[in-house]
Amino acid sequence: MSMFDQRVPRLCWPEAVSRFVSYRKVNGTALGSVQNPLMVRFRFCVFQEDGVRQVLQEMEALYEQNQADVNEAKSVGRADLIPSIKLRHCCLLRNQRCVVAYLYDRLLRIRALRWEYGSVLPANIRFHMSAEEVQWFGQYKKSLASFMRSIGGEEGLDITQDMKPPKSLYIQVRCLKDHGEFEIDDGTVILLKKNSQHFLPRWKCEQLIRQGVLEHVMS
Amino acid sequence: MDTHSYFPVTPGVGMEENFLSLDDILLSQERLPVRTECVFPRLGFLEKSSDSQDIAEGTKMEFPLWLSKGLYEKKRKVLSVELPKVYKEGWRTVFTADPNVVDLHKMGPYYYGLGSQMLHFDNPENPDIAKTLLQTFIGRFRRTMDSSQNAYNEDTSVLVGRLDCLEKVLFRSGQNGLNGFQSWEKGQASQLTASGLVLNYRKRKLVDVQP
Repeated sequence: MSMFDQRVPRLCWPEAVSRFVSYRKVNGTALGSVQNPLMVRFRFCVFQEDGVRQVLQEMEALYEQNQADVNEAKSVGRADLIPSIKLRHCCLLRNQRCVVAYLYDRLLRIRALRWEYGSVLPANIRFHMSAEEVQWFGQYKKSLASFMRSIGGEEGLDITQDMKPPKSLYIQVRCLKDHGEFEIDDGTVILLKKNSQHFLPRWKCEQLIRQGVLEHVMS
Repeated sequence: MDTHSYFPVTPGVGMEENFLSLDDILLSQERLPVRTECVFPRLGFLEKSSDSQDIAEGTKMEFPLWLSKGLYEKKRKVLSVELPKVYKEGWRTVFTADPNVVDLHKMGPYYYGLGSQMLHFDNPENPDIAKTLLQTFIGRFRRTMDSSQNAYNEDTSVLVGRLDCLEKVLFRSGQNGLNGFQSWEKGQASQLTASGLVLNYRKRKLVDVQP
């Protein structure tokens, strides 16, 4: 039997294996099968609006069928319809679970982006997010920022820095791609050209290293 | 993401599932042989072997775990769930004889998970199933742990190939610990690294893989 082939939609496996979600329409006519790749072999995939919409449509269809059956069961007294009603209800709950888990997992990844990458996401990642997710990211950023301002005295404390205990104030870095001019605290301007090496304050470089612009060179 | 800020919902422990856990969702996708104990009107199209409009009582079908759990009632008016082969007496003796020999990946990748879920369906063999699951795990754990702590910088596909999903998670966890320790020993622990995201973008240009 192949009706219930709904596997969970998710962004991607850690092992980078692609999974597919296929939703089959539960109705009395033909069994349509829709295949949607909700996961790709990638770290963060585009939001599958179509996939989610199809699940919601299937849920509507199930719900309508159940409504009709419930009304019939009540009016004509057909209690034998109840098992089928229950079965469709299980399908509804299942679809709900899959969609909610999908949305939630994406939020967890988006939240991780703030910590891993920084507060400004590159355009290509933003295109992978739905409008609501972009909005959520903005609100999360704000919450985090106001929290950070509230701790550590007057200036606040940036807890997204120094994720690894620092060993020295200044570090040696190599530039991995052209990044243009870069100003450090004492006013000096440094030209970040590909393959150039610099000795810079650690706190200035941390974000650029995380973003892959600079590379930390260990002596 | 192999990054340190992404914390996915972990699978439930024992007989509980976590609603939002992706691993539990995949686990509950596994199919079980069932027998309907009542009629399911108007759902006949689910059952390919007959052309009737309804699913008749006494039909043997395969339902996914989530559906079986949802429909199952103790008084058995709706469904009776049969044990998959792996949890039956025959295979149980094989597991008790030597748990290390078995390819748990082939026996359904979610051997422990599905086995724990089977305990929801009142089967007289449940205590034996529970005991076998536990004993199998105990028997295999040492080897998994040992290999995860000693396989450094090598291809682990042979070691991992016969493990069930739970054991794979443990193996990976062991490997992470090992790699972390080794990198600390080499003095690499204080090296700042690029985020996992960025590394992947470099390897391939941003492409959405469409079907």
